Amino acid sequence: MNELPIMECPIPISEYPAVTMAHGGGGRLMNSLIDRMMIRAFSNPLLNEKHDGAVFDHPGGKLAYATDSHVITPLFFPGGDIGTLSVYGTVNDLAMCGAMARWMSTGFILEEGLPMETLWRVVLSMAEAAVRTGVSIVTGDTKVVDRGKGDGIYINTSGIGTVLHGVSISPSRVREGDSVVLSGDIGRHGMAIMALREGIRLESPIRSDLAPLHLMVRDLLEAGLEVHCMRDLTRGGLASGLNEIAAGSGLSITMEEDSIPVREDVTGACELLGFDPLYVPNEGRFVVILPPEEAPGAVEILRGHSDGCDSAVIGSVTERSSSGVTMTSVIGSGRIVDMISGEQLPRIC
Amino acid sequence: MKFVSEYRDRNAAMEFSRLISEAATRGWNIMEVCGGQTHSILKYGIDQLLPEDLELIHGPGCPVCVTPVELVDQAVLIAGMEGVIFCSFGDMLRVPGSVSDLLGVRAAGGDVRMVYSPMDAVSIASANPERQVVFFAVGFETTAPVTAAAVLQARRLGLENFSMLVSHVLVPPAIEAVLSSPGCSVDGFLAAGHVCSVMGYEEYEPIASRYGVPIVVTGFEPLDILEGIHMCVRQLEGGTCKVENQYLRAVSRKGNTAAVDMIREVFTVTDRKWRGLGEIPGSGLQLRSGFRDLDAGLRFGVGHIQVEESGECISGEVLRGNRKPDQCPAFGGECTPEHPLGAPMVSSEGACSAYYRYRHVRKQDE
Repeated sequence: MNELPIMECPIPISEYPAVTMAHGGGGRLMNSLIDRMMIRAFSNPLLNEKHDGAVFDHPGGKLAYATDSHVITPLFFPGGDIGTLSVYGTVNDLAMCGAMARWMSTGFILEEGLPMETLWRVVLSMAEAAVRTGVSIVTGDTKVVDRGKGDGIYINTSGIGTVLHGVSISPSRVREGDSVVLSGDIGRHGMAIMALREGIRLESPIRSDLAPLHLMVRDLLEAGLEVHCMRDLTRGGLASGLNEIAAGSGLSITMEEDSIPVREDVTGACELLGFDPLYVPNEGRFVVILPPEEAPGAVEILRGHSDGCDSAVIGSVTERSSSGVTMTSVIGSGRIVDMISGEQLPRIC
Repeated sequence: MKFVSEYRDRNAAMEFSRLISEAATRGWNIMEVCGGQTHSILKYGIDQLLPEDLELIHGPGCPVCVTPVELVDQAVLIAGMEGVIFCSFGDMLRVPGSVSDLLGVRAAGGDVRMVYSPMDAVSIASANPERQVVFFAVGFETTAPVTAAAVLQARRLGLENFSMLVSHVLVPPAIEAVLSSPGCSVDGFLAAGHVCSVMGYEEYEPIASRYGVPIVVTGFEPLDILEGIHMCVRQLEGGTCKVENQYLRAVSRKGNTAAVDMIREVFTVTDRKWRGLGEIPGSGLQLRSGFRDLDAGLRFGVGHIQVEESGECISGEVLRGNRKPDQCPAFGGECTPEHPLGAPMVSSEGACSAYYRYRHVRKQDE
């Protein structure tokens, strides 16, 4: 057996002696945790790609493998619940690798005292989501923790998908001049949860954008479009997704603020809390990077789906400049769009 | 969105840009007092639309930034105590004290909660009679009326388990401190629209005439700021020093008198230490003697704690407008949002955070 080299903890105590919420916020701190601790310890060619899932060769075609854990309060929200989220999360991660989810595992961590009725509603949602996305939940695990030591339900899913024939998607394939296509309006999931959790009453509640992305991806790929890279815009939002692609491709991305669709209720809730919709999580949105001549076709395909009806070209890939992502603001000036540090916190006034 | 998008119109912004260039015959230094305005300027790139020698100087108007380190230390101590629920606005959680910050207390097991209003803290106190609930009352005159309302509400409910650590500060004394500091190069001010929506702008009139500076009460959207700058430049070029009101849709000369009365009922003016600026006479609010039993500093015996600020952070220079954030040797290197040396790097209204977020070129990307 090969022995592991003895390694010191790569994140010195002087920096962060304990995990903070920001380490899970999808921003720079989380990326540094993954890079400096996880990738360093687990390093291998598949993991080091840092894609949403791992893609590997298998007799009969390429397979993709992805996992996703779900901790969310409240468990039920306008537009979905933790069950649907846990299935779509992995389906979408696989879709970003150009794969259709086939088999899925699910691990439940349940808190003592959770009403059986609640669990049943979540399980039914998962079953429905699995049918809708054509995935079979083929294995699972259930654990119960003491009351007070969990948040009702935590769910982990992992899935295996078959990669559509001839597809190769990775930030390294992104080329200068490529267009950036966004699949729909941003910020709805994060603001739906935030409004509900914090009791912000709006005229009508914001619905999460939670949606499976696999059919949109399938249609893009089956139309023969030369998709170079895709990324779903979950934690850290559009800004983090584009920064990751820019870093992975060694190029820069520039976008136009007024081409990015944001619904009015989301804008309003963001204004209220001092949030920037560019950093707010989504659960049914992704970006596609492809040659500019193919961008109008991609937009047309996406708009043929109800979850892609606001799809738009929002920017393009440029040669590497000093910052990864830049944006022309609504008043026509330039700014950088940095990756967020940790999580967005509401402002004072 | 109504009342937002019309103030972000590109053509109108270009028109103001042209008007400002036409009006300015020489260079001027204009200070925007409020950190919210600083963020708008950087986020929308408003400074890029101005003549090169028209300098925007970022002022001390970030309540999180100016909260002295000893108050953060007091908050950290109280939040770590057994049985305490410590409530704070989100902005304060990441602000470094001399040893830890509130997020660190939370990670170590303390019950630190982020609230949107002091009223939420009152509700938490009412729902948890067996716990001590403490609210960290930070902010300028803008949030002071709500803090005052929370105090009155706690009194009405007879809550004995509610208290607050008060760090409210006032804008006009800070403007005077900037103007009277040696080497001050500020020619005119954009006053903070939100503060004036509560307080009105009468109290700025003596400052404008005493120091001979124009002060324009200004809003926060790109067109508000551009119009405020235009009004200020016109005064400077014309040699006048009046208080003008750009933010007509929210501000009147007398302000919100009901809110001001509530502040006066609960608080009295006191001298207050500002982070980086030192003690400024008459620049803070403290609970009146009739409400002193709600003072968390007294209740938990931490009010006496005094701490010297670390010398590494030049936030005082930044808050006085003497240095820009990117002129700090630690900016982007030793001092980042992940490892802040001072509050301006982590507050959502801090100038350093605005520069880092909208301007800074990260070294590892080069």
